[in-house]
Amino acid sequence: MSDSILTFENIEKSFFGVRVLKDISFSVPRGKVLGLVGENGAGKSTLMNLVGGVVAPDSGHMLLDGKPFAPRTPRHANDAGVGFIHQELNLFTNLSIAENIFIDGFPRLSWLPVLNRARMRSQTRQFLAAVDLEMSPDTLVEKLSPGERQLAEIAKALSFDAKLIIFDEPTTSLTARETDRLFALIERLRSNGATIVYISHILGDVLRLADEIVVLRDGELVGQGPTADFTVGRMIALMVGRDIKQLYPPRTSAPLPDPALEVKGLSQIGIVEKITFALHKGELLGIFGLMGSGRSELARILFGLDTYARGEIWVDGKRQAKSSARHSIDMGMAFVTENRRDEGLLMDISISNNIGLVSLPHYAATTITPLHEAQLNGQINGVVESLKIKASDVGRQAAKTLSGGNQQKTVIGKWLLDQPSVLIIDEPTRGVDVGAKFEIYTIIADLAAAGTGVLFISSELEELMGVCDRILVMSNGEVQATFARAEFDKERILRAAFREHVPS
Amino acid sequence: MNQNKRFEQFFLQNTPIILFVVVFLVFGLLAPRFFSLQAAETILKQASYIGIVAVGMTFVILTAGIDLSVGSNMYVSAVMAGLVMQDFKAPAWIGLLVCLSVGMLFGAVNAFLITKLKIIPFIATLGTMVAGKGVGLLFSQSIQIPFPKSVLELGSTRLFDVIPLPIIIFAAVVVVAHLVLTMTPLGRQIYAVGNDSEAAKKAGLNVGRVLGTVYVVSGLMAALGGFVSVAQQGVVHPGFGEGYEFNAIAATVLGGTSLFGGVGSVLPGTVLGAVLIQMIQTGLIFTKMDLYLQPLITAAIIFFAVLLDAFRNVQLQKMRRRNIRVEKGMPVGASAGDD
Repeated sequence: MSDSILTFENIEKSFFGVRVLKDISFSVPRGKVLGLVGENGAGKSTLMNLVGGVVAPDSGHMLLDGKPFAPRTPRHANDAGVGFIHQELNLFTNLSIAENIFIDGFPRLSWLPVLNRARMRSQTRQFLAAVDLEMSPDTLVEKLSPGERQLAEIAKALSFDAKLIIFDEPTTSLTARETDRLFALIERLRSNGATIVYISHILGDVLRLADEIVVLRDGELVGQGPTADFTVGRMIALMVGRDIKQLYPPRTSAPLPDPALEVKGLSQIGIVEKITFALHKGELLGIFGLMGSGRSELARILFGLDTYARGEIWVDGKRQAKSSARHSIDMGMAFVTENRRDEGLLMDISISNNIGLVSLPHYAATTITPLHEAQLNGQINGVVESLKIKASDVGRQAAKTLSGGNQQKTVIGKWLLDQPSVLIIDEPTRGVDVGAKFEIYTIIADLAAAGTGVLFISSELEELMGVCDRILVMSNGEVQATFARAEFDKERILRAAFREHVPS
Repeated sequence: MNQNKRFEQFFLQNTPIILFVVVFLVFGLLAPRFFSLQAAETILKQASYIGIVAVGMTFVILTAGIDLSVGSNMYVSAVMAGLVMQDFKAPAWIGLLVCLSVGMLFGAVNAFLITKLKIIPFIATLGTMVAGKGVGLLFSQSIQIPFPKSVLELGSTRLFDVIPLPIIIFAAVVVVAHLVLTMTPLGRQIYAVGNDSEAAKKAGLNVGRVLGTVYVVSGLMAALGGFVSVAQQGVVHPGFGEGYEFNAIAATVLGGTSLFGGVGSVLPGTVLGAVLIQMIQTGLIFTKMDLYLQPLITAAIIFFAVLLDAFRNVQLQKMRRRNIRVEKGMPVGASAGDD
């Protein structure tokens, strides 16, 4: 047997006349972890979709175990021993774990068209033990946390004896502890002889896990070698094609003394407790906390999506009268949600319609009179230009056709038409590549320079430390500590965030 | 979690059956005759044919589809069966066979339009609803078609001289459908497609085949339901089947099957829904309600049930949401909302 499990030979692929993969040739070493990195749109996912049988190459071919490999459907790929853990998990929430694992090939009771439940259960129990998930095979998937769902999906890959498992951005919705568990599992799979392809934007993780690294840029292979040859800096330089001196734009403006948002003693049973802080005009205030610390829930309450029992919220010196998103928008608040796919964008309508959505009332006299189209379009084009959204036709192209980074810019764009006085932005750079991250930080900093108070929620401490004027640390639904820029210290901030769950 | 909340959760999780019991008791108190065995038999017999059609509809709705053509299907398949038995003096079993074949063919046309031509189910079956009625009228020339006496006798046969045959057929259909949905690969795949058809495709399922199957099943069930109904009435009149799609959809939804797909059951779900609708209609007759008010009251109860269902889903979702904070005095583990 050769020492490479999968070989790409001169792979070419185009979508709508755009070359996405250009003459890609490389080998995946057997029994190793291969890290695959590149910006959004570099062709990583397309390449792996070829292996997973989701799309077919235009020319070139693949060899699996030295034999020609051309899967036409995901089923073929599975049968050949390729497991694919997609970024958006591929599980049926209304079915049990066991049913999910066997959905495309149920064991039957001899010749009867009836499920062999006993066999499904006992086999599922084995697979679950292999991934360390202590759950009954009959548990419905909707009751699992994101991390547990991921483990269930890996158990599914084990069920058809996958020798090559592809992970596409597996950690985006996992907590730190779940991520550690996943990494331990990947190590174990490797030591049992499986080969892993690991795709991620979190370059530190790639360095830690991978034996070998492949870098793609604009559909071309720009670097390959053992992990020892790489540093985060070198990977970024290869991905972007130039050296990025700075990951974060410099802060050029300073906060003003007037508060943009004041929160006094905000409480809601089981969610948050006595939250008090002030956000100043032109300030970039970071909120850091672990998963489940209540940071996203606080954002929803502030924006009026959820109610609160006690406390006061003041925006621009006026008290928020009721919990309603429309009311909050009228008061000058804007909210970029953590979940842009489900909550932030209307995927099937055009980019310009998405951007115009929030401000429509301002471009017509009443709700039933015609819009001032020309004026609105002029404004929208201005926003598209200033955000550098890369699209061929913003008036026609649907939002879903954009890459992750450009989708995020579109979400931010819809709030820019009216200069908001408070912008709450939740995990804006999740799943976004390095270049687009820098652009998003710049947009946020520009907004602050224009006087907007920005509440920047993130689970990546580095970016908060790089961008914010102050960081507020939450855990167990409470504000634990506040750090000014001069006092930023990774260890102290983390310690404050971990204070949770220690009974006092 | 306190007593009140438990009770609320129990109530919300069992709305179909609670509604069923409440309606039953209310009519019973208004008209004591309603509690008799005679009344129960009438209701079940009347519910059987709509119930059979609704079982097919449940398969379709579980995949997040809809079949508006079942009423027309009932008409055209019954017309064909009647003509074969009238003009060729065919025996009853040939009539039934023709009826079921026409129904399946009708369903296959829907399946073709939806899976091959990719027309959305609402439009595809709206089209075949109108076209199917046209085909039926073309053959019947808008004239009533009588079923032979032998079939009519079959309709009033009782098994062991006790249980009417229509109820037996309904029960058999329900049992088979329930087993198919819960015990077979096809059944679990129907739920999977209804939950997320894109994911089903990625998991290697033949989504087209699953979808095609449910429309053929729906066609078959519509034809069978139609035959059972005509076997009780004796003739296929030109208006036969009109509006039955509403009853079938209502029975399915009343039984707790979600129009968004992936959630629901035939047993107890759709059975409860079908019997509930019939119970309301029979109950209104028993209580001598004004004839012109009856449809309004039926509609009101259906709307109320669907409203309750929507409210229920919102409430259940709220209850399942995990609490972030552990409040003082709260036992450990109680915060992570158990089902």
